[in-house]
Amino acid sequence: MNAKAKTTRRRPGQKARRRFLRSVLYGAGVLGISLLGYLPVVGQWITRLRPPGALLEEKFLAACIKCGQCVQVCPVEAIHLADLDEGFGIGVPYIDARSQACDFSCDGLQCVLACPTGALTHDVNYPHQVDMGIARVVNEGACLAVQGKGFRGQARGPDFTGKLRYEEVDRWNPILVRDHPYDLELCDLCVRQCPIEIRIAQCEAGKPPSGDEYQCPPRPAIQLEPLGQGGAMRPVILDGCVGCGVCEMICPVEPAVIVMDSVESRAKSTGLRT
Amino acid sequence: MSRLTDSLAELLGRDPRKPAPEEIPVEVKTLHREKRADKRRIEKIRVELAHKAARAAPEKIRRTRWLVLAAVNLLFVFSYWLDIQLLEGALTASRFAGFHMADLHSALQVMLAFKHVVINLLIGTVTVLVLWWLLGGRTFCAWVCPYHLLAEWAELLHEWLARKKLVKDHPLDRRLRTVAWLVFALLALLTGYTIYETISPTGILSRALIYGPGVALIWVGILLAFEVFYSRRAWCRYLCPIGLTYGLVGATSPFKVRYHLPTCFHEGECRKVCLVPHVLDTVILGRARGLEVDIGADCTRCGRCVDACPTGSLTFHYPGQRQDAT
Repeated sequence: MNAKAKTTRRRPGQKARRRFLRSVLYGAGVLGISLLGYLPVVGQWITRLRPPGALLEEKFLAACIKCGQCVQVCPVEAIHLADLDEGFGIGVPYIDARSQACDFSCDGLQCVLACPTGALTHDVNYPHQVDMGIARVVNEGACLAVQGKGFRGQARGPDFTGKLRYEEVDRWNPILVRDHPYDLELCDLCVRQCPIEIRIAQCEAGKPPSGDEYQCPPRPAIQLEPLGQGGAMRPVILDGCVGCGVCEMICPVEPAVIVMDSVESRAKSTGLRT
Repeated sequence: MSRLTDSLAELLGRDPRKPAPEEIPVEVKTLHREKRADKRRIEKIRVELAHKAARAAPEKIRRTRWLVLAAVNLLFVFSYWLDIQLLEGALTASRFAGFHMADLHSALQVMLAFKHVVINLLIGTVTVLVLWWLLGGRTFCAWVCPYHLLAEWAELLHEWLARKKLVKDHPLDRRLRTVAWLVFALLALLTGYTIYETISPTGILSRALIYGPGVALIWVGILLAFEVFYSRRAWCRYLCPIGLTYGLVGATSPFKVRYHLPTCFHEGECRKVCLVPHVLDTVILGRARGLEVDIGADCTRCGRCVDACPTGSLTFHYPGQRQDAT
């Protein structure tokens, strides 16, 4: 009875005020939590390799509608969507090159075509125009070629589930890397599997995949340079590198000798190489 | 003020307005008066409700709706998993059999943040705009949004706990949703980030279903817990800007819930189950402005009132549909 008496004594204005206050707190709470999403972005806690054609990071986060259509069309399933720990970057696509790089085995840049908002710029038509980042040699001493060593067997071991398209095996369908063992006098996997270098070689041999004259990359992406005596070589990243990550993925050394650096190179990028 | 202006004002958070006497046509006034004078009306309601309680009919529309909601979301899931490419993408943007579709609120956020609209996004947005205008606007909420379904289950739990006097509903101010809509629109415009998308439970759940779960589901869990223990249906009622966007689209939609005054006993069963009871203000005796009244823009066309009404005075209505006074 006492409680009831209290309720009656409470003025209607007080009830409305409390409701208003609750609403302000709820709204402010939701807003505050949403703004926390800025921290991972501004702090660059996580820097990601983005799919081909991705605009400058800030523009990319603005333009991406977080639908994952790029994820769905990728034939090698290289693209994943980020989680809430990436703040405003939630639902935004990224590529973890070491586990599965983009090898352009779709030829036509399917993710770019699938993107409904232009976050992956539709101005990109060919792999060599892409500007995802650039490869960097970070651990040269561990490189098999630098040590003058060859490589035999599965590039990433029997448990690796990454795929590549080997045109000599199947023109259209990527296969598991573990199903394609190598036997090399001197390890040159990073150069051998580079999609840009493969296309250059096809063009030089007069056998590009189609009659399109613009598909041939204008600049090389990676090469092996002689290193002193004894046939040792070292990988050198060249200007034509688009940052696709295949060299990082295929490198048999653990951890990889080459890694993708997308932060610095994308600082001024529009997703398109000029 | 016209019915549409009232409907929009209520959508934005204004409390329903009692009609002025001159706004009520004479025949409606007469009917109100007769109903008030009917001494046996309360008795009729008792009989009616006892009858209804004895039958306890299942909520047929609700069942259908849950099936439709599950089917739409699973179509996304299986399109990807089985690679049948029928409905690619997620609820934020997709392609149905190759045709672009874009969620109106997500598209709006991207347009404000990116300040550039590519043709595909425009096509997708216009397609979805026309689609949901035809289907009733907030119909999206009740019939498609995966958070709505979880929130309905949370609501069942809330009501059960409330009956046991373990929790109490704390209503909030409905104007909050309009403020939230404006704040998130302004933030997108000024910061260049689609900030609402970061916390949108609709986007989070849709992506979790299609691409696999993540830590973002914890946020959805927090929102649901808030609704169970503190404020019934808080997200959908008082905050979700997606709901407001679709509400604006549906304000002039041809698909509505229609109220039929003459058969109504005014027992208020509909208002008890309604997500947005302010739209049913017209069913209070003396408030109806016509013998038939279309329910306002905030209505999600969920059909729970249609299921709940013992006299069939609330029905789905399409233009050109035959009028029977059942």
